[in-house]
Amino acid sequence: MEQTASVLTQCGGVCNARRKRSGKIKIGVHSKSSSAVKILVAVLLGLTVYAFISFDYKEIVLSEAISATLRNVKTVFLEPRLSSDTFRNVMYQLFVTFCLGTLSTIFGAIAAFFCSLLCAKNTAPSGVANAVKCVIALIRAVPTVLWVLIFAVSAGLGSVAAVIGLTFHSFAYLTKVYAESIEEIDDGTIEALRASGAGFWQIVFQAIVPASLSRMVAWTFMRFEINFTNAIAVGAAAGAGGIGFNLYMAGSFYFDLHEMGILTYIVVIAVILLEMFSTKIKERVK
Amino acid sequence: MNESVKKVFFRRKITYLVIFAALIAVYIISASATEFHLSEGLASFPKAMAWIGHNLMPDEKAMKRFPKILDKLIETALLSVAVTVIAAIFAFFFSLFGSKATGFNGIVNRIVRIVAAFFRNVPDVVWAMLLMFSFGQNILTGFFALFFTTFGLLTRAFIETIDEVSAAGIEALNASGANFIQTVFQAIIPSAMPGIVTWILYMIETNIRNSTLIGILTATGIGYLFDLYYKRLDFSSASLVVVSIIVLVIAIELVSNLIRRVIL
Repeated sequence: MEQTASVLTQCGGVCNARRKRSGKIKIGVHSKSSSAVKILVAVLLGLTVYAFISFDYKEIVLSEAISATLRNVKTVFLEPRLSSDTFRNVMYQLFVTFCLGTLSTIFGAIAAFFCSLLCAKNTAPSGVANAVKCVIALIRAVPTVLWVLIFAVSAGLGSVAAVIGLTFHSFAYLTKVYAESIEEIDDGTIEALRASGAGFWQIVFQAIVPASLSRMVAWTFMRFEINFTNAIAVGAAAGAGGIGFNLYMAGSFYFDLHEMGILTYIVVIAVILLEMFSTKIKERVK
Repeated sequence: MNESVKKVFFRRKITYLVIFAALIAVYIISASATEFHLSEGLASFPKAMAWIGHNLMPDEKAMKRFPKILDKLIETALLSVAVTVIAAIFAFFFSLFGSKATGFNGIVNRIVRIVAAFFRNVPDVVWAMLLMFSFGQNILTGFFALFFTTFGLLTRAFIETIDEVSAAGIEALNASGANFIQTVFQAIIPSAMPGIVTWILYMIETNIRNSTLIGILTATGIGYLFDLYYKRLDFSSASLVVVSIIVLVIAIELVSNLIRRVIL
Protein backbone atom coordinates (compact mmCIF):
# COMPACT_ATOMS: atom_id res chain seq x y z
CA MET A 1 0.00 0.00 0.00
CA GLU A 2 2.68 2.42 1.07
CA GLN A 3 4.72 1.60 -1.97
CA THR A 4 1.91 2.38 -4.37
CA ALA A 5 1.26 5.64 -2.57
CA SER A 6 4.86 6.74 -2.94
CA VAL A 7 4.85 5.76 -6.60
CA LEU A 8 1.69 7.83 -7.04
CA THR A 9 3.20 10.88 -5.36
CA GLN A 10 6.32 10.43 -7.42
CA CYS A 11 4.25 10.33 -10.58
CA GLY A 12 2.36 13.33 -9.33
CA GLY A 13 5.62 15.25 -8.97
CA VAL A 14 6.77 14.31 -12.45
CA CYS A 15 3.42 15.07 -14.02
CA ASN A 16 3.19 18.41 -12.26
CA ALA A 17 6.44 19.44 -13.88
CA ARG A 18 4.81 18.99 -17.26
CA ARG A 19 1.64 20.79 -16.38
CA LYS A 20 0.88 24.45 -16.23
CA ARG A 21 -0.58 25.90 -13.02
CA SER A 22 -4.05 25.63 -14.49
CA GLY A 23 -3.52 21.89 -14.88
CA LYS A 24 -3.16 21.89 -18.66
CA ILE A 25 -0.35 19.83 -20.13
CA LYS A 26 2.52 21.92 -21.45
CA ILE A 27 2.91 21.39 -25.17
CA GLY A 28 5.44 24.00 -26.17
CA VAL A 29 9.17 23.65 -25.72
CA HIS A 30 10.91 26.87 -24.83
CA SER A 31 14.35 27.29 -26.28
CA LYS A 32 16.69 30.14 -27.06
CA SER A 33 15.89 29.82 -30.74
CA SER A 34 12.11 30.00 -30.40
CA SER A 35 12.22 33.03 -28.11
CA ALA A 36 14.62 34.75 -30.55
CA VAL A 37 12.10 34.14 -33.32
CA LYS A 38 9.32 35.58 -31.15
CA ILE A 39 11.33 38.71 -30.37
CA LEU A 40 12.24 39.14 -34.03
CA VAL A 41 8.63 38.79 -35.18
CA ALA A 42 7.54 41.33 -32.57
CA VAL A 43 10.25 43.79 -33.66
CA LEU A 44 9.36 43.40 -37.34
CA LEU A 45 5.64 43.88 -36.67
CA GLY A 46 6.41 46.94 -34.54
CA LEU A 47 8.57 48.43 -37.30
CA THR A 48 5.82 47.78 -39.83
CA VAL A 49 3.23 49.60 -37.75
CA TYR A 50 5.66 52.45 -37.15
CA ALA A 51 6.42 52.57 -40.90
CA PHE A 52 2.76 52.99 -41.81
CA ILE A 53 2.35 55.73 -39.23
CA SER A 54 5.47 57.60 -40.33
CA PHE A 55 4.89 57.52 -44.10
CA ASP A 56 4.00 60.74 -45.84
CA TYR A 57 0.90 59.88 -47.90
CA LYS A 58 0.48 63.36 -49.39
CA GLU A 59 -3.32 63.39 -49.08
CA ILE A 60 -3.94 60.63 -51.53
CA VAL A 61 -7.52 59.49 -52.06
CA LEU A 62 -7.10 55.78 -51.68
CA SER A 63 -10.41 54.64 -53.15
CA GLU A 64 -9.89 56.69 -56.32
CA ALA A 65 -6.30 55.54 -56.73
CA ILE A 66 -7.26 51.90 -56.25
CA SER A 67 -10.14 52.01 -58.73
CA ALA A 68 -7.89 53.76 -61.27
CA THR A 69 -5.25 51.09 -60.70
CA LEU A 70 -7.77 48.32 -61.25
CA ARG A 71 -8.90 49.95 -64.51
CA ASN A 72 -5.29 50.17 -65.70
CA VAL A 73 -4.55 46.60 -64.64
CA LYS A 74 -7.58 45.50 -66.64
CA THR A 75 -6.35 47.36 -69.74
CA VAL A 76 -2.84 45.98 -69.43
CA PHE A 77 -3.67 42.37 -68.77
CA LEU A 78 -6.97 41.89 -70.61
CA GLU A 79 -6.54 44.09 -73.67
CA PRO A 80 -2.94 43.62 -74.72
CA ARG A 81 -2.31 44.91 -78.24
CA LEU A 82 0.70 46.02 -80.24
CA SER A 83 0.29 49.48 -81.68
CA SER A 84 3.53 51.29 -82.36
CA ASP A 85 5.84 48.33 -82.79
CA THR A 86 6.01 45.16 -84.85
CA PHE A 87 6.01 41.75 -83.21
CA ARG A 88 9.29 40.91 -84.92
CA ASN A 89 11.02 43.93 -83.49
CA VAL A 90 9.71 43.17 -80.01
CA MET A 91 11.08 39.64 -80.24
CA TYR A 92 14.40 41.04 -81.38
CA GLN A 93 14.47 43.40 -78.37
CA LEU A 94 13.72 40.41 -76.14
CA PHE A 95 16.72 38.69 -77.72
CA VAL A 96 18.87 41.77 -77.02
CA THR A 97 17.84 41.64 -73.34
CA PHE A 98 18.64 37.94 -73.32
CA CYS A 99 22.10 38.69 -74.74
CA LEU A 100 22.74 41.44 -72.17
CA GLY A 101 21.99 38.88 -69.48
CA THR A 102 24.22 36.30 -71.18
CA LEU A 103 27.19 38.61 -71.58
CA SER A 104 27.12 39.80 -68.00
CA THR A 105 26.73 36.24 -66.73
CA ILE A 106 29.72 35.04 -68.79
CA PHE A 107 31.98 37.89 -67.69
CA GLY A 108 30.79 37.68 -64.12
CA ALA A 109 31.27 33.91 -64.01
CA ILE A 110 34.81 33.99 -65.44
CA ALA A 111 35.96 36.75 -63.11
CA ALA A 112 34.17 35.15 -60.17
CA PHE A 113 35.80 31.78 -60.82
CA PHE A 114 39.31 33.17 -60.40
CA CYS A 115 38.31 35.47 -57.56
CA SER A 116 36.60 32.64 -55.67
CA LEU A 117 39.94 30.81 -55.56
CA LEU A 118 41.23 33.79 -53.57
CA CYS A 119 38.12 33.78 -51.43
CA ALA A 120 37.67 30.13 -50.42
CA LYS A 121 39.29 29.06 -47.14
CA ASN A 122 40.81 25.90 -48.58
CA THR A 123 42.56 27.52 -51.54
CA ALA A 124 43.70 30.88 -50.15
CA PRO A 125 45.39 32.07 -46.95
CA SER A 126 42.77 33.26 -44.47
CA GLY A 127 43.99 36.88 -44.51
CA VAL A 128 43.52 37.16 -48.28
CA ALA A 129 40.20 35.32 -48.13
CA ASN A 130 38.78 37.69 -45.53
CA ALA A 131 39.97 40.80 -47.38
CA VAL A 132 38.43 39.57 -50.66
CA LYS A 133 35.18 38.72 -48.85
CA CYS A 134 34.94 42.30 -47.55
CA VAL A 135 35.44 43.79 -51.03
CA ILE A 136 32.84 41.41 -52.44
CA ALA A 137 30.31 42.40 -49.78
CA LEU A 138 30.86 46.07 -50.66
CA ILE A 139 30.31 45.47 -54.37
CA ARG A 140 27.21 43.39 -53.68
CA ALA A 141 25.66 46.04 -51.46
CA VAL A 142 25.39 48.55 -54.31
CA PRO A 143 22.19 48.07 -56.34
CA THR A 144 22.79 46.95 -59.96
CA VAL A 145 21.09 49.99 -61.43
CA LEU A 146 23.48 52.31 -59.59
CA TRP A 147 26.48 50.43 -60.99
CA VAL A 148 25.05 50.89 -64.47
CA LEU A 149 24.46 54.61 -63.95
CA ILE A 150 27.94 55.08 -62.47
CA PHE A 151 29.56 53.39 -65.47
CA ALA A 152 27.31 55.28 -67.84
CA VAL A 153 29.07 58.52 -66.90
CA SER A 154 32.37 57.41 -68.39
CA ALA A 155 31.21 54.85 -70.97
CA GLY A 156 28.01 56.59 -72.06
CA LEU A 157 24.52 55.12 -71.84
CA GLY A 158 24.26 51.92 -73.81
CA SER A 159 25.20 48.28 -73.84
CA VAL A 160 28.75 48.78 -72.54
CA ALA A 161 27.60 50.50 -69.35
CA ALA A 162 24.75 48.02 -68.95
CA VAL A 163 26.96 44.96 -69.34
CA ILE A 164 29.68 46.25 -67.02
CA GLY A 165 27.14 47.35 -64.43
CA LEU A 166 25.29 44.02 -64.52
CA THR A 167 28.61 42.17 -64.46
CA PHE A 168 29.70 43.87 -61.25
CA HIS A 169 26.83 42.57 -59.21
CA SER A 170 26.91 39.08 -60.78
CA PHE A 171 30.64 38.91 -60.18
CA ALA A 172 30.23 39.62 -56.46
CA TYR A 173 27.29 37.25 -56.08
CA LEU A 174 28.93 34.41 -58.00
CA THR A 175 32.25 34.82 -56.17
CA LYS A 176 30.43 34.28 -52.89
CA VAL A 177 28.52 31.18 -53.99
CA TYR A 178 31.46 29.68 -55.93
CA ALA A 179 33.70 30.10 -52.87
CA GLU A 180 31.04 28.33 -50.80
CA SER A 181 30.96 25.43 -53.29
CA ILE A 182 34.76 25.22 -53.23
CA GLU A 183 34.79 25.21 -49.44
CA GLU A 184 32.47 22.19 -49.49
CA ILE A 185 35.04 20.06 -51.34
CA ASP A 186 36.60 17.26 -49.34
CA ASP A 187 39.98 18.49 -48.06
CA GLY A 188 41.45 15.04 -48.72
CA THR A 189 41.24 15.47 -52.49
CA ILE A 190 43.24 18.68 -52.48
CA GLU A 191 45.72 17.32 -49.95
CA ALA A 192 46.28 14.16 -51.98
CA LEU A 193 47.12 16.16 -55.10
CA ARG A 194 49.35 18.52 -53.13
CA ALA A 195 51.18 15.58 -51.56
CA SER A 196 51.84 14.06 -54.97
CA GLY A 197 53.46 17.32 -56.09
CA ALA A 198 50.72 18.92 -58.16
CA GLY A 199 50.99 22.68 -58.76
CA PHE A 200 48.28 25.18 -57.90
CA TRP A 201 46.62 25.18 -61.35
CA GLN A 202 46.77 21.40 -61.54
CA ILE A 203 44.92 21.25 -58.24
CA VAL A 204 42.39 23.75 -59.54
CA PHE A 205 41.64 21.97 -62.80
CA GLN A 206 42.00 18.37 -61.65
CA ALA A 207 40.42 18.55 -58.21
CA ILE A 208 38.45 21.71 -57.61
CA VAL A 209 36.69 22.15 -60.94
CA PRO A 210 35.57 18.54 -61.37
CA ALA A 211 34.33 18.38 -57.78
CA SER A 212 32.37 21.62 -57.76
CA LEU A 213 31.45 22.07 -61.45
CA SER A 214 27.87 20.84 -61.10
CA ARG A 215 27.10 23.17 -58.22
CA MET A 216 28.78 26.07 -60.01
CA VAL A 217 26.75 25.46 -63.17
CA ALA A 218 23.53 25.39 -61.17
CA TRP A 219 24.40 28.69 -59.48
CA THR A 220 25.43 30.27 -62.78
CA PHE A 221 22.08 29.44 -64.35
CA MET A 222 20.26 30.82 -61.35
CA ARG A 223 22.29 34.00 -61.69
CA PHE A 224 21.47 34.09 -65.39
CA GLU A 225 17.76 34.17 -64.55
CA ILE A 226 18.39 37.07 -62.17
CA ASN A 227 20.52 38.87 -64.76
CA PHE A 228 17.79 38.52 -67.35
CA THR A 229 15.22 40.24 -65.12
CA ASN A 230 17.85 42.79 -64.07
CA ALA A 231 18.58 43.50 -67.73
CA ILE A 232 14.90 44.36 -68.19
CA ALA A 233 14.99 46.71 -65.20
CA VAL A 234 18.25 48.30 -66.27
CA GLY A 235 16.92 48.77 -69.78
CA ALA A 236 14.03 50.70 -68.28
CA ALA A 237 15.82 52.73 -65.63
CA ALA A 238 19.09 53.44 -67.42
CA GLY A 239 18.10 53.39 -71.08
CA ALA A 240 20.33 50.45 -71.84
CA GLY A 241 18.20 48.97 -74.60
CA GLY A 242 16.33 45.69 -74.95
CA ILE A 243 12.71 45.00 -74.11
CA GLY A 244 13.01 46.90 -70.82
CA PHE A 245 13.53 50.09 -72.76
CA ASN A 246 10.43 49.36 -74.89
CA LEU A 247 8.47 48.82 -71.69
CA TYR A 248 9.73 52.10 -70.29
CA MET A 249 8.85 54.01 -73.48
CA ALA A 250 5.37 52.46 -73.65
CA GLY A 251 4.74 53.18 -69.98
CA SER A 252 6.34 56.56 -69.43
CA PHE A 253 6.32 58.29 -72.83
CA TYR A 254 3.48 56.99 -74.98
CA PHE A 255 1.22 56.01 -72.05
CA ASP A 256 0.25 53.04 -74.20
CA LEU A 257 -1.16 50.53 -71.74
CA HIS A 258 -2.18 48.09 -74.47
CA GLU A 259 1.37 47.80 -75.71
CA MET A 260 2.66 47.56 -72.14
CA GLY A 261 0.32 44.58 -71.69
CA ILE A 262 1.71 42.59 -74.58
CA LEU A 263 5.30 43.40 -73.60
CA THR A 264 4.54 42.23 -70.07
CA TYR A 265 3.07 38.96 -71.32
CA ILE A 266 6.10 38.35 -73.53
CA VAL A 267 8.45 38.98 -70.61
CA VAL A 268 6.46 36.75 -68.24
CA ILE A 269 6.41 33.88 -70.74
CA ALA A 270 10.14 34.29 -71.41
CA VAL A 271 10.99 34.26 -67.69
CA ILE A 272 8.83 31.20 -67.02
CA LEU A 273 10.42 29.33 -69.95
CA LEU A 274 13.85 30.29 -68.63
CA GLU A 275 12.92 29.07 -65.15
CA MET A 276 11.76 25.71 -66.52
CA PHE A 277 14.92 25.39 -68.60
CA SER A 278 17.20 26.13 -65.70
CA THR A 279 15.33 23.74 -63.39
CA LYS A 280 15.94 21.03 -66.02
CA ILE A 281 19.64 21.89 -66.13
CA LYS A 282 19.89 21.87 -62.34
CA GLU A 283 18.23 18.45 -62.19
CA ARG A 284 20.60 17.11 -64.80
CA VAL A 285 23.83 18.37 -63.21
CA LYS A 286 22.78 17.03 -59.82
CA MET B 1 50.24 5.50 -67.48
CA ASN B 2 47.23 3.23 -67.37
CA GLU B 3 44.92 3.31 -70.43
CA SER B 4 41.73 4.12 -68.48
CA VAL B 5 43.44 6.91 -66.55
CA LYS B 6 44.59 8.41 -69.83
CA LYS B 7 41.04 8.22 -71.08
CA VAL B 8 39.76 10.15 -68.04
CA PHE B 9 42.24 12.96 -68.60
CA PHE B 10 41.54 13.01 -72.34
CA ARG B 11 37.81 13.25 -71.71
CA ARG B 12 38.34 16.03 -69.20
CA LYS B 13 40.40 17.98 -71.72
CA ILE B 14 37.70 17.55 -74.36
CA THR B 15 35.03 18.72 -71.90
CA TYR B 16 37.01 21.85 -71.07
CA LEU B 17 37.56 22.56 -74.79
CA VAL B 18 33.87 22.12 -75.61
CA ILE B 19 32.82 24.42 -72.76
CA PHE B 20 35.38 27.00 -73.88
CA ALA B 21 34.26 26.87 -77.52
CA ALA B 22 30.60 27.12 -76.55
CA LEU B 23 31.32 30.17 -74.39
CA ILE B 24 33.15 31.87 -77.26
CA ALA B 25 30.28 31.16 -79.65
CA VAL B 26 27.66 32.49 -77.21
CA TYR B 27 29.81 35.52 -76.57
CA ILE B 28 30.15 36.36 -80.28
CA ILE B 29 26.40 36.07 -80.90
CA SER B 30 25.45 38.12 -77.82
CA ALA B 31 28.08 40.77 -78.43
CA SER B 32 26.93 41.35 -81.98
CA ALA B 33 23.26 41.51 -80.97
CA THR B 34 23.87 44.06 -78.24
CA GLU B 35 26.60 45.95 -80.10
CA PHE B 36 28.93 45.34 -77.21
CA HIS B 37 32.63 45.66 -77.95
CA LEU B 38 35.02 44.03 -75.55
CA SER B 39 37.77 46.52 -76.39
CA GLU B 40 35.44 49.42 -75.58
CA GLY B 41 34.37 47.73 -72.37
CA LEU B 42 37.93 47.03 -71.29
CA ALA B 43 39.04 50.54 -72.24
CA SER B 44 36.23 52.20 -70.31
CA PHE B 45 36.86 50.11 -67.22
CA PRO B 46 40.04 51.81 -65.91
CA LYS B 47 38.62 55.16 -66.99
CA ALA B 48 35.50 54.49 -64.96
CA MET B 49 37.53 53.38 -61.97
CA ALA B 50 39.65 56.53 -62.12
CA TRP B 51 36.50 58.60 -62.42
CA ILE B 52 34.94 56.85 -59.42
CA GLY B 53 38.08 57.48 -57.36
CA HIS B 54 38.15 61.10 -58.39
CA ASN B 55 34.50 62.18 -58.40
CA LEU B 56 32.56 59.73 -56.30
CA MET B 57 33.76 61.09 -52.99
CA PRO B 58 31.39 62.76 -50.57
CA ASP B 59 32.61 66.31 -49.85
CA GLU B 60 31.43 69.13 -47.59
CA LYS B 61 28.59 70.15 -49.86
CA ALA B 62 27.36 66.57 -49.79
CA MET B 63 27.58 66.41 -46.00
CA LYS B 64 25.15 69.32 -45.81
CA ARG B 65 22.62 67.13 -47.61
CA PHE B 66 23.21 64.27 -45.21
CA PRO B 67 20.13 64.88 -43.00
CA LYS B 68 17.89 64.72 -46.07
CA ILE B 69 19.61 61.58 -47.34
CA LEU B 70 19.37 59.95 -43.91
CA ASP B 71 15.67 60.78 -43.80
CA LYS B 72 15.04 59.07 -47.15
CA LEU B 73 17.28 56.17 -46.18
CA ILE B 74 15.25 55.49 -43.04
CA GLU B 75 12.07 55.78 -45.09
CA THR B 76 13.43 53.23 -47.57
CA ALA B 77 14.47 50.84 -44.80
CA LEU B 78 11.05 51.10 -43.14
CA LEU B 79 9.34 50.67 -46.49
CA SER B 80 11.18 47.46 -47.27
CA VAL B 81 10.48 46.07 -43.80
CA ALA B 82 6.79 46.96 -44.06
CA VAL B 83 6.45 45.54 -47.58
CA THR B 84 8.20 42.32 -46.63
CA VAL B 85 6.21 41.79 -43.43
CA ILE B 86 2.81 42.46 -45.02
CA ALA B 87 3.68 40.36 -48.09
CA ALA B 88 4.93 37.58 -45.79
CA ILE B 89 1.64 37.49 -43.87
CA PHE B 90 -0.39 37.22 -47.08
CA ALA B 91 2.09 34.78 -48.61
CA PHE B 92 1.99 32.53 -45.54
CA PHE B 93 -1.77 32.03 -45.62
CA PHE B 94 -1.70 31.74 -49.39
CA SER B 95 1.10 29.16 -49.29
CA LEU B 96 -0.97 26.93 -46.95
CA PHE B 97 -3.26 26.36 -49.93
CA GLY B 98 -0.34 25.75 -52.25
CA SER B 99 1.50 23.22 -50.13
CA LYS B 100 1.02 19.53 -50.78
CA ALA B 101 1.54 18.78 -47.09
CA THR B 102 -1.59 20.57 -45.87
CA GLY B 103 -3.84 18.27 -47.84
CA PHE B 104 -5.78 20.58 -50.12
CA ASN B 105 -6.49 18.97 -53.44
CA GLY B 106 -4.21 19.22 -56.43
CA ILE B 107 -6.27 21.79 -58.33
CA VAL B 108 -6.09 24.30 -55.46
CA ASN B 109 -2.33 23.67 -55.21
CA ARG B 110 -1.86 24.29 -58.89
CA ILE B 111 -3.93 27.48 -58.98
CA VAL B 112 -1.95 28.92 -56.05
CA ARG B 113 1.33 28.06 -57.74
CA ILE B 114 0.26 29.66 -61.03
CA VAL B 115 -0.89 32.84 -59.29
CA ALA B 116 2.41 33.01 -57.39
CA ALA B 117 4.39 32.49 -60.61
CA PHE B 118 2.44 35.30 -62.24
CA PHE B 119 3.16 37.80 -59.46
CA ARG B 120 6.77 36.71 -59.25
CA ASN B 121 7.47 37.10 -62.93
CA VAL B 122 5.70 40.31 -63.88
CA PRO B 123 8.68 42.68 -63.66
CA ASP B 124 8.50 45.22 -60.83
CA VAL B 125 9.20 47.83 -63.53
CA VAL B 126 5.72 47.13 -64.93
CA TRP B 127 4.02 47.41 -61.53
CA ALA B 128 5.93 50.62 -60.85
CA MET B 129 4.80 52.28 -64.07
CA LEU B 130 1.24 50.99 -63.76
CA LEU B 131 0.90 52.36 -60.24
CA MET B 132 2.60 55.57 -61.23
CA PHE B 133 -0.49 56.42 -63.33
CA SER B 134 -2.92 56.08 -60.46
CA PHE B 135 -0.91 56.73 -57.29
CA GLY B 136 1.47 59.31 -58.70
CA GLN B 137 4.64 60.28 -56.86
CA ASN B 138 3.63 58.58 -53.66
CA ILE B 139 5.29 56.19 -51.27
CA LEU B 140 2.38 53.79 -51.85
CA THR B 141 3.50 53.43 -55.48
CA GLY B 142 6.76 51.96 -54.25
CA PHE B 143 4.94 49.94 -51.61
CA PHE B 144 2.62 48.15 -54.01
CA ALA B 145 5.24 47.74 -56.74
CA LEU B 146 7.49 45.92 -54.29
CA PHE B 147 4.57 44.15 -52.63
CA PHE B 148 3.41 42.15 -55.65
CA THR B 149 6.83 40.75 -56.53
CA THR B 150 7.69 40.03 -52.89
CA PHE B 151 4.35 38.27 -52.42
CA GLY B 152 4.98 36.02 -55.43
CA LEU B 153 8.52 35.18 -54.38
CA LEU B 154 7.68 34.51 -50.73
CA THR B 155 4.67 32.34 -51.62
CA ARG B 156 6.90 30.00 -53.60
CA ALA B 157 9.56 30.03 -50.89
CA PHE B 158 7.06 29.32 -48.09
CA ILE B 159 5.41 26.50 -50.04
CA GLU B 160 8.82 24.85 -50.41
CA THR B 161 9.65 25.41 -46.73
CA ILE B 162 6.33 23.96 -45.53
CA ASP B 163 6.61 20.98 -47.87
CA GLU B 164 10.12 20.29 -46.64
CA VAL B 165 9.83 20.60 -42.88
CA SER B 166 6.22 20.23 -41.81
CA ALA B 167 4.92 17.09 -43.51
CA ALA B 168 5.55 14.69 -40.60
CA GLY B 169 4.16 17.04 -37.97
CA ILE B 170 1.03 17.72 -40.01
CA GLU B 171 0.41 14.02 -40.47
CA ALA B 172 0.83 13.36 -36.74
CA LEU B 173 -1.60 16.09 -35.75
CA ASN B 174 -4.12 15.05 -38.39
CA ALA B 175 -3.96 11.50 -37.08
CA SER B 176 -4.66 12.70 -33.54
CA GLY B 177 -7.75 14.56 -34.73
CA ALA B 178 -6.56 18.16 -34.75
CA ASN B 179 -8.48 20.56 -36.95
CA PHE B 180 -6.96 22.75 -39.64
CA ILE B 181 -6.32 25.79 -37.45
CA GLN B 182 -4.74 23.69 -34.71
CA THR B 183 -2.51 22.03 -37.29
CA VAL B 184 -1.39 25.40 -38.63
CA PHE B 185 -0.49 26.81 -35.22
CA GLN B 186 0.93 23.70 -33.57
CA ALA B 187 2.68 21.97 -36.47
CA ILE B 188 3.32 24.27 -39.41
CA ILE B 189 4.28 27.53 -37.71
CA PRO B 190 6.71 26.06 -35.16
CA SER B 191 8.52 23.84 -37.65
CA ALA B 192 8.60 26.24 -40.60
CA MET B 193 9.37 29.39 -38.62
CA PRO B 194 13.19 29.37 -38.90
CA GLY B 195 12.95 28.91 -42.67
CA ILE B 196 10.30 31.59 -42.98
CA VAL B 197 12.31 34.07 -40.92
CA THR B 198 15.42 33.45 -43.03
CA TRP B 199 13.43 34.20 -46.18
CA ILE B 200 11.94 37.35 -44.67
CA LEU B 201 15.39 38.68 -43.73
CA TYR B 202 16.67 37.93 -47.22
CA MET B 203 13.73 39.72 -48.81
CA ILE B 204 14.18 42.82 -46.62
CA GLU B 205 17.75 43.12 -47.90
CA THR B 206 16.71 42.53 -51.52
CA ASN B 207 13.86 45.02 -51.26
CA ILE B 208 16.18 47.79 -50.15
CA ARG B 209 18.19 47.29 -53.32
CA ASN B 210 15.07 46.96 -55.48
CA SER B 211 13.47 50.04 -53.98
CA THR B 212 16.37 52.08 -55.37
CA LEU B 213 15.37 51.00 -58.86
CA ILE B 214 11.68 51.59 -58.21
CA GLY B 215 12.60 54.97 -56.74
CA ILE B 216 14.39 56.01 -59.92
CA LEU B 217 11.38 55.00 -62.04
CA THR B 218 8.67 56.50 -59.86
CA ALA B 219 10.55 59.49 -58.42
CA THR B 220 10.22 58.42 -54.78
CA GLY B 221 12.52 57.51 -51.92
CA ILE B 222 16.27 57.12 -51.96
CA GLY B 223 16.38 56.19 -55.65
CA TYR B 224 14.87 59.52 -56.58
CA LEU B 225 17.42 61.37 -54.47
CA PHE B 226 20.26 59.58 -56.26
CA ASP B 227 18.71 60.26 -59.66
CA LEU B 228 18.21 63.92 -58.81
CA TYR B 229 21.84 64.50 -57.76
CA TYR B 230 23.08 62.35 -60.64
CA LYS B 231 21.17 64.33 -63.25
CA ARG B 232 22.33 67.60 -61.70
CA LEU B 233 25.90 66.24 -62.05
CA ASP B 234 26.27 66.68 -58.31
CA PHE B 235 28.28 63.47 -58.06
CA SER B 236 29.62 64.02 -54.57
CA SER B 237 26.09 64.06 -53.14
CA ALA B 238 25.13 61.09 -55.33
CA SER B 239 28.10 59.19 -53.94
CA LEU B 240 26.97 59.92 -50.40
CA VAL B 241 23.66 58.27 -51.31
CA VAL B 242 25.56 55.23 -52.61
CA VAL B 243 27.70 55.05 -49.47
CA SER B 244 24.66 55.26 -47.21
CA ILE B 245 22.92 52.47 -49.15
CA ILE B 246 26.06 50.33 -48.79
CA VAL B 247 26.15 50.94 -45.03
CA LEU B 248 22.46 50.11 -44.66
CA VAL B 249 22.62 46.92 -46.74
CA ILE B 250 25.73 45.65 -44.97
CA ALA B 251 24.28 46.47 -41.55
CA ILE B 252 21.15 44.49 -42.39
CA GLU B 253 23.26 41.63 -43.71
CA LEU B 254 25.29 41.51 -40.49
CA VAL B 255 22.17 41.62 -38.32
CA SER B 256 20.47 38.88 -40.30
CA ASN B 257 23.59 36.69 -40.16
CA LEU B 258 23.57 37.12 -36.40
CA ILE B 259 19.88 36.26 -36.15
CA ARG B 260 20.31 33.26 -38.42
CA ARG B 261 23.10 31.94 -36.22
CA VAL B 262 20.84 32.12 -33.15
CA ILE B 263 17.71 30.56 -34.65
CA LEU B 264 19.15 27.83 -36.88
